[in-house]
Amino acid sequence: MSTAPPGSASNERVALSTPAWRTQGHVPGEVGVWVFILGDMVVFAWLFIVFMHQRSQHAEVFDQARRSMNLTFGGLNTLLLLTGSWFVVLGVHALRRGHQPAGKWLIAGAIACGLGFVVNKVFEYHEKIVVGHPRAQADFFMYYFVLTGIHLFHLMLGLIVLTLMWRVAHKATLGPRNFRTLEAGACFWHLIDLLWLILFALFYLTSN
Amino acid sequence: MATSSTKTSAATRVVHFPGFLPWLLLMVLTLVSWWLGYGHGLGKLATISALILAFFKVSVVGAYYMELRFAPLALKLIFNGWVVFVCAVLIGIYLVVH
Repeated sequence: MSTAPPGSASNERVALSTPAWRTQGHVPGEVGVWVFILGDMVVFAWLFIVFMHQRSQHAEVFDQARRSMNLTFGGLNTLLLLTGSWFVVLGVHALRRGHQPAGKWLIAGAIACGLGFVVNKVFEYHEKIVVGHPRAQADFFMYYFVLTGIHLFHLMLGLIVLTLMWRVAHKATLGPRNFRTLEAGACFWHLIDLLWLILFALFYLTSN
Repeated sequence: MATSSTKTSAATRVVHFPGFLPWLLLMVLTLVSWWLGYGHGLGKLATISALILAFFKVSVVGAYYMELRFAPLALKLIFNGWVVFVCAVLIGIYLVVH
């Protein structure tokens, strides 16, 4: 597509914004990152299915437990993650166009949304632990804490990844390697977003 | 008049921000599923709709946020295959009991 030598920042920006890039099929980030993302999605799919299967065995008790969930926490966290993900999209777009200052601020905005999610989650965990739950509902809350805990661990890693992206955005010129890092980091952040969308549906919205 | 046209052009610019419309759709669908979480006498339909909406949102995140709409067909198929398969299995398990 491009006849200019590979590796220059301006080249990469042109390459990423031309229609040819869109029609030739571009793996966002790197193939290795997608092996990790899809592997993680398979593990989570198994966890979702195990939860739904357990729920089906004890539908009445699981539904009682679900009714004690505060939808405001789950809903707000969903809105926060989706908005943070959009900031990442805008940030990468700005950096591709060479607008470093905007890119930095947008990635910082995504970090703020991620931190908001953590604060919200801490309040929610605190409320659940203080109020407690009947012994019969122990299974539901075991799944709730384990699955959302694994997700929260991913989110912490994601915040580190976003911080690395923020540092990359500070470079005066960005090369192909930098853009691969940015795209891979962005996809990891979006993975955290999409896994939460299903967790929200399973723990807060699935009723009898 | 001038203020109105400035407002219009600002709104137009926002609409043209990359990923704005998918973000708006995801926000609206989240509010709809949030509403469905309260049941509203819809019974099983509320849960099934919420699950379908959640997986549809995953597909939108994949296509527009992860840029999979520009990715090779194989990657799109694997990703959306996961979406359809996991959604179908979860709804299947849910329906077997209810």
